[in-house]
Amino acid sequence: MAGLEFVGVRKTYPNGVKAIHGIDMAVSDGEFVVIVGPSGCGKSTLLRMVAGLETVTEGEIRIGENRVNELEPADRNIAMVFQNYALYPHMSVFDNMAYGLRNRRTPRNEIARRVAEAAGTLQLEGLLDRRPGQLSGGQRQRVAMGRAIVREPEAFLFDEPLSNLDAKLRVQMRLEIKRLQRALGTTSLYVTHDQVEAMTLADRLIVMNAGVAEQIGTPLEIYDAPATLFVAGFIGSPAMNFLSGTVAEDGTGAQLDGSGGTLPVAPPASPDGGRIVVGIRPEHLEPVSREEAALEVVVELVEALGADSLVHGQLADGGEGAAVTVRVDGARRVAAGDVLSLAVAPNHVHFFNPDDGKRLA
Amino acid sequence: MEKRVVFSKLGLPILLVAPQIVITLVFFIWPASQALYQSLLLEDAFGLKSQFVWLDNFIALFSDPHYLNSFARTVVFSAATAGLSLGVALFLAAMADRVLKGATAYRTLIVWPYAVAPAVAGVLWFFMFNPSIGILAYLLKGLGYDWNHYLDGTDAMMLVILAASWKQVSYNFLFFLAGLQAIPRSLVEAAAIDGARPFKRFWTIVFPLLSPTAFFLLVVNIVYAFFDTFGIVHATTSGGPAQSTTILVYKVFNDGFIGLDLGGSAAQSVVLMAVVITLTVFQFRYIERKVAY
Ligand SMILES: Nc1ncnc2c1ncn2[C@@H]1O[C@H](COP(=O)(O)OP(=O)(O)O)[C@@H](O)[C@H]1O
Ligand SMILES: [Mg+2]
Repeated sequence: MAGLEFVGVRKTYPNGVKAIHGIDMAVSDGEFVVIVGPSGCGKSTLLRMVAGLETVTEGEIRIGENRVNELEPADRNIAMVFQNYALYPHMSVFDNMAYGLRNRRTPRNEIARRVAEAAGTLQLEGLLDRRPGQLSGGQRQRVAMGRAIVREPEAFLFDEPLSNLDAKLRVQMRLEIKRLQRALGTTSLYVTHDQVEAMTLADRLIVMNAGVAEQIGTPLEIYDAPATLFVAGFIGSPAMNFLSGTVAEDGTGAQLDGSGGTLPVAPPASPDGGRIVVGIRPEHLEPVSREEAALEVVVELVEALGADSLVHGQLADGGEGAAVTVRVDGARRVAAGDVLSLAVAPNHVHFFNPDDGKRLA
Repeated sequence: MEKRVVFSKLGLPILLVAPQIVITLVFFIWPASQALYQSLLLEDAFGLKSQFVWLDNFIALFSDPHYLNSFARTVVFSAATAGLSLGVALFLAAMADRVLKGATAYRTLIVWPYAVAPAVAGVLWFFMFNPSIGILAYLLKGLGYDWNHYLDGTDAMMLVILAASWKQVSYNFLFFLAGLQAIPRSLVEAAAIDGARPFKRFWTIVFPLLSPTAFFLLVVNIVYAFFDTFGIVHATTSGGPAQSTTILVYKVFNDGFIGLDLGGSAAQSVVLMAVVITLTVFQFRYIERKVAY
């Protein structure tokens, strides 16, 4: 097994599309790194460059100590799980898993042993003679995983492997992938657009936007201190509330636009002109009595999820566009038209520069 | 999930299929039944008298060494034509599948020969291989091979095979290309990651997935070589020298219209008809069973 390293990696497609604008990062041996971002941001491109399915326009990719830019996919000793599984439809499950080993001239009994072992781990024992067409979506997913693990590669690459499964199966397979990766300790690079998948699977996350890595860190680092407005809005569900405002005259608080009130927390730095964006996560707004309130929200719509409810409303007198979502205890009765008085702990208030979207620190 | 259109009255559907039915009746069923009937008759060369002889024509046919020879030649000719045109078409399609720039022009060029009439295709190759003026015959002579399809039966056979397969390459190419493009790219990529080199990928992944197409084309090509090559033979070798390129369709024409043995010639067409029906049934059976993975 081996680590993985990106050094100034850029990708421009032959048709001129600039898909990756420069990625620098090191994945250590055995680490599970998730690349997350909206569709079209270049996640697959990055992964396919590691696999050798796309050329690297600029920079260097290393697996272990070796530069692999010029190596054929076959010589990189990685395994990939595709979104559509890419199982060979004319081969049995056994042959699908054995194909890569046969190509590498692994002895027959070794192939049989490894496939049997993988089939055991993935509960595929009874299915080895079937064709992929005779399997359910979840089973195909397992075969695709099996094909990757029998090879015992340096690294696993996953390109949205769960997005063709239904919600329940996705949660189950997510856990299985995590468990398997822990057990095998194989370096993994996993691409997804689903931030829940990203948060739950990752040792470390790369949040990508338009070909740029906006932030790299552990899921909690990113959740607690998103580096940009984009990351703040992308990670966390429901998404973070953004309210625009200015730094108060005396520098001790943040004045929200309209007469939305003053938050008794000041940003650590003040950008030119004093304009700021205040970010507060829905789960960090707490209903309090009127006297303690920092914000007041007029309720428009309530989504009761059982354990908790999502309250959507507008900042009272907050001017236009000051929509706020609050996560409240499910036992609390809230109805449209109510006014909620809310407070927020100072360490849960995020400040951003509206001009470049960067976190104010 | 089968979608069926249901007509409430019978009039419209009958009207809609009528043209096809009429064409089939006039151009296929009627001549075919004529041939069947004639194959049981013995007729004099002027068509004045005829006599019902049951299966005598067939018995004569299968005890005639010329006919059996022609049968063997046809098998060689069809196998070679189908093999050559399928092989070349598959190669070109595999190349075209990789081409990105100028792909349309490339495809158009390859498809062109299909628009050429069989006789014209024959004449084209006839001139290129003409022992006295043909450029290819000249080049072969330069290589030390004395090409003469007027005298050498093997040369003549190669000439008709070449002309016949050249014309069929376009058709095969289109089907192979469509088949190749229907194979998901990720399968080939997965195989590449699984350590298979391009050649191995082709034989273990691409070709098996293409085999339903290949099988369909094989039958189509055999049928083509058996039946649609009259024009090519007629324009190049006229069946010669010494009957070395007299394939079955050509023999039907030769014995019937030149030799004026109408009954025997009709019996030959009936045999050919039986061959094509067998092939077609075989193909349908196979495709129904095998087409979907
Ligand atoms: N083969 C290609 N040729 C040209 N542009 C491409 C190609 N593949 C992807 N792109 C472009 O590169 C960008 C990133 O694509 P991709 O990596 O597939 O995004 P993601 O996987 O994050 O959805 C997109 O703008 C996409 O249109
Ligand atoms: Mg993608």
